[in-house]
Amino acid sequence: MFERNAIIASSAGLHARPAAIFAEAAGAIDIEVTIALASDAAEDAMDASSILSLMSLGAGPGEVVVLRAEGPGAEAALASLALILETDHDAA
Amino acid sequence: MENFQGVGVSPGRIIGSVRQMPHPISEPPRDEKLAGATTAEDAVAALRAASKLVHAELKSRAETASGAAKDVLEATALMAADPMLIKGAVKIINTGTSAERAIWEAGASVAEMLHNLGGYMAERATDVLDVRARIVASLRGVAAPGIPASDTPFVLIADDLAPADTATLDPAKVLALVTSGGGPQSHTAIIARSLGLPAVVAAHGVTSLPDGASVFVDGASGLVATNPDAAQVDAVAAWAKTASALSQFDGNCRTADGHLVPLLANVGGAAEAVTAAAAGAQGVGLLRTEFCFLDRETEPSIDEQVAEYRGVFDAFPGRKVVVRTLDAGADKPLPFLTDSSEPNPALGIRGYRTDLTSPGVLERQLEAIALAAAVSDADVWVMAPMIATPDEAEHFAGLCAAAGLTTPGVMVEVPSAALTAETILAPVKFASLGTNDLTQYTMAADRQLGPLAALNNPWQPAVLRLVHLTVAGSTAEAATRGDDAAKPVGVCGEAAADPALAVVLVGLGVSTLSMTSRSLSAVATVLATITLVEAQSLASLALSAPNAIEARNRVRARLPILDQLGL
Repeated sequence: MFERNAIIASSAGLHARPAAIFAEAAGAIDIEVTIALASDAAEDAMDASSILSLMSLGAGPGEVVVLRAEGPGAEAALASLALILETDHDAA
Repeated sequence: MENFQGVGVSPGRIIGSVRQMPHPISEPPRDEKLAGATTAEDAVAALRAASKLVHAELKSRAETASGAAKDVLEATALMAADPMLIKGAVKIINTGTSAERAIWEAGASVAEMLHNLGGYMAERATDVLDVRARIVASLRGVAAPGIPASDTPFVLIADDLAPADTATLDPAKVLALVTSGGGPQSHTAIIARSLGLPAVVAAHGVTSLPDGASVFVDGASGLVATNPDAAQVDAVAAWAKTASALSQFDGNCRTADGHLVPLLANVGGAAEAVTAAAAGAQGVGLLRTEFCFLDRETEPSIDEQVAEYRGVFDAFPGRKVVVRTLDAGADKPLPFLTDSSEPNPALGIRGYRTDLTSPGVLERQLEAIALAAAVSDADVWVMAPMIATPDEAEHFAGLCAAAGLTTPGVMVEVPSAALTAETILAPVKFASLGTNDLTQYTMAADRQLGPLAALNNPWQPAVLRLVHLTVAGSTAEAATRGDDAAKPVGVCGEAAADPALAVVLVGLGVSTLSMTSRSLSAVATVLATITLVEAQSLASLALSAPNAIEARNRVRARLPILDQLGL
């Protein structure tokens, strides 16, 4: 199991637009990736490819989330997904 | 040929092919089980297929959209195939429930979860419910709800249109709007006027017209006719000429005898202000400041507000810009200001009244307006919405003075303000009649209720009397001060955009008219054909009419130019 922390960069938090970009990217990866707030237990982690899960997470700007995945390619996948979270998609 | 007579609410004559707005999707029965031989596996497969179809359809619509609409469509497309939503529905199907009912319930629980998160997420709950309805429509094999997708332009026919429908309306695809319900102040009418689309409301029976039927629509007379005849074909061609002649206003509105009636624009942000200035508007009669506040969970900073207001002021150097302070509440809720659980939002904490429950927001807004005014060349006036008493007017004037704003005013929307105009005007410098709300409150008829559309008509003689009383109050207030110059009373509601009603308002003594910039030229053209005395006699005619329809008919009969131009 690989774990990777990421800080939410979008100034309005993980709302519809950044969540859509992230969910689409997570869905395009073959392995299952989960996401949880750093303050939540690992068993509460949610499906990272679900935009509704991401929105219900309610992660605000500057909050730390944990991405988790298993299997070959997991580490690289998490790195690319973390990069999306750490980009400010609300910046004009 | 079959004729349908409705109420024309936005001028224009066109011939086009009918597309009916699909009916809203009804809720699948609470105990709807898997039908006959359908297994849970079959139902799950059907659900997944429907979800994929809706996902693909929304995604392809996102590709042709732009800006905020594109973002929303992309997010909504993902929701249609969302693993959390589909897993939730599959679980319910596995208990023996039909796919339709299962997705309905799964959607409801997701929407509730988003709603409970509040703010921005709560607004997205509507998107989940939309996706759910689309999936159910696909499962049932019926048309998806919402404005039909089409490659060719069409005449959209509906029972009535909701704000959510009109938000997705593409003016390049829709030739005209025709509704069987609604009234002159319905959303359909307001959106049609702002987009410049011909529109007819309250045309009973039109929802039975088949898709593809050819119809003639006259947005002034309210006629909708099938199988258009040669005269109607000619009328369409004539309108095309009039429309191009009416597309530009020279920025100088006066009656035939030279009485000046400045025509101002209603705008909701810098982009609209630039458009209005280009259309010849002689200033802004209503700047709706909600645009800085909507879709936000917290109050915008003073700096952000200054930048937004400047964008509008800079479009009108040396011209009047009337800023309406934040008008939240009722149909414009704001999470940080208004309480959406009020039993009677229209009679609740809205407009100026939010200062009672959230003091400070108004003062900061006035500070931002003053800062923006100080660095621009516009002549900035400020008015508060929903003022009901002279004490409120005095308090607002005090807040304006403290912010360094020198031209405070009040909106007259509550009948009490019209009735006490003389005392309400004493502490301020002008009044502006908001005829949409004034009509709703005078007639005690919710603007958003189709069945009450006939009451909700600014031609109601009772509303016209309150306009008259407000002007008389201003005259009396000037006499008390021993001044010849009465404080100006303008109109900034939908009423000002109706050329015939504009004549009546001028006759009643209204000094300026503010409207969507699309209507400026039509109103100026008609006002230029009458003298002030003629306008006054038409105003008396309307005031003494027994009802709204009669008031409108009597005035229109005396203004033949309206029919000539197709207005």
